[in-house]
Amino acid sequence: MKMVVVAGTPGSGKTSVLMYAVRDLLRMGLAPALVKIDCMWTEDDNRFRRLEVPVAVGLSRDMCPDHYAIYNFEEMLQWAEKQGASILLNETAGLCLRCAPYPDKAMAVCVIDVTTGPNSPLKVGPLLTTADVVVMTKGDLVSQAEREVFRERILEANPGCRIIEANGLSGKGSSELAELMRSWPDISGEMVLRHNPPLAICTLCTGELRVSKEHHRGVLRHLDGFMEYTGE
Amino acid sequence: MLPLTLTIQGGVDKDGTPDAVNEIEIARGEIIGIVGPTGSGKSTLIADIEQFAYADTPSGRRILINGLVPDQELRSDPRKKLVAQLSQNMHFLADMQVGEFLRMHAKSRGKDPGLAEKVIELANTLTGEPIDPHHQLTILSGGQSRALMAADIAVISDSPIVLIDEIENAGIKKQEALRLLSGEGKIVVVVTHDPMLALMASRRVVMKNGGMTRILSTSEEEHRIFKDIERVDGWLTSLRETIRQGEVVA
Repeated sequence: MKMVVVAGTPGSGKTSVLMYAVRDLLRMGLAPALVKIDCMWTEDDNRFRRLEVPVAVGLSRDMCPDHYAIYNFEEMLQWAEKQGASILLNETAGLCLRCAPYPDKAMAVCVIDVTTGPNSPLKVGPLLTTADVVVMTKGDLVSQAEREVFRERILEANPGCRIIEANGLSGKGSSELAELMRSWPDISGEMVLRHNPPLAICTLCTGELRVSKEHHRGVLRHLDGFMEYTGE
Repeated sequence: MLPLTLTIQGGVDKDGTPDAVNEIEIARGEIIGIVGPTGSGKSTLIADIEQFAYADTPSGRRILINGLVPDQELRSDPRKKLVAQLSQNMHFLADMQVGEFLRMHAKSRGKDPGLAEKVIELANTLTGEPIDPHHQLTILSGGQSRALMAADIAVISDSPIVLIDEIENAGIKKQEALRLLSGEGKIVVVVTHDPMLALMASRRVVMKNGGMTRILSTSEEEHRIFKDIERVDGWLTSLRETIRQGEVVA
C-alpha cells in the first residue's frame, strides 16, 4: 500500500488537484481510495464520489484536526485495504500551520495558492518545509514573474522539495503529480511524524475559557518572545 | 546564437476531435500569430507551449525543442527556462515593492539583481505616469503593470521563446512593446485580435473550439494592407496621445 498525505491552506485547490490526479492514477491502473479530513463540515466527498472510487470522511470536531488525522492513520489504512485499494490518498485541512500531518514514509504533498503572495511560503511553516512535493496552484491568475518569485520563496523555505505548477481547473500538472505518487515506495513498519507538534497540552485544550493570564498553565510564550513554564 | 526550433504537435479540440493542423515548426526570428474568437483556445495553446506540454494537458498536444522532448528542468527551472510569457493579467497580486520584487525575480532567474533599475527605466518608456521602485506592485494601474511585465520580460526573462497574450488590450504602446519583446532572433508567439499585430506575423494559426484548424501565411496583399493599417494606427495613436495630454485635436 502506498500512502499520500495532501495538506494545504483552505481554498488552495487541494480537492481540485486531487480530482485530476485520481483520474490519472486510475488510467495508470492503480486503485486509489480517498479519505477527506476536515474540522466542522465538508462536502468534498460528493465531488470525489463522482470519480467512482472509495471515499470516506472524517470530521475532527472537538479534537485538534492534525492530531485527529494522525491518530486515525492506522484505521484509514485498514479501511483502504478492505476497499481493495493500492494507494491511500488522505486530504487534510492542515490548520494551525504549526503541525504537519506527514508521516515519514508517506508522500507528503503541500498545496499552496500563488495568489496569496510571495510571503506565504514563509508563513506556512512545517506544512511546507517538510513536504516532499509542493504544488503551486492558481498560477494562471498571476504573471510569470510572480510565479517565478513565488517558486524562489518556496525553495528558500524548502530547498529539497519538488515543485509542481498545477491548475485545478484545467488539470495542468496532475499527471506529473500522479506519476510521483505511482513511483513512491510502499509504506512499511512503524511510521514517525516528520515534525514535532507544539509544546504539551495547553489550558485551552482542557476547556479554559477565561482570557486573563492568571488562568493559563503550561509552556507559555509572551508577545516579546519570553517563554516560561507555569504550573505544578 | 544556437539554432532553435519550436515544434507544436497537434492534439485534440474541446470535443476530442484531432487538430486539423498536425504539426507546426517555428524557427528563430519568426513571429507567429494565434487568432480566433474568444474562448476558442488561444490562451490554452499558449499555456501548452509555456509548460512544454507532453500529451499531459487537456489538449493532448506535444511541444518539442529542436525536434526533441525537452528535459524536465527546462520545463520548470526558471534559471534554464527557454520561455518568457506575457499573460493577459493586468495586475500584480504580490504585496511587495516594485524594486524588491524585481530584484527577487532577477535572483530566481539567476541574473544580476541590479537589472531591476533597468526594468523600471524601460517600463517608463511604455507607460504614462512613471513607476517608482518604492511603489507597491498592487497599486500600479493596469497599463503600468503591463508595461512593467513587458520590460521585465525584455530585461530579466530574456528567453529565446516569447509568448504574448493580447498585448493590444494593455493600454501601452503595443508596437513598441512587441518590438521590445521580440528582440533579435527570438521565436515570438503572439495571441491577438489586432489586425496590425496579426499581419506583423509571417504566419498565423487559426483556432476554433479549442482546436488548431488551419495556418495562414501572410500574403503579399496582406503586407500591402499592413502598410495602410500602420498609417491609420500611427494617426490614431497620435490622436490618443493628444487627448491624453489634455490638448485640443487640430
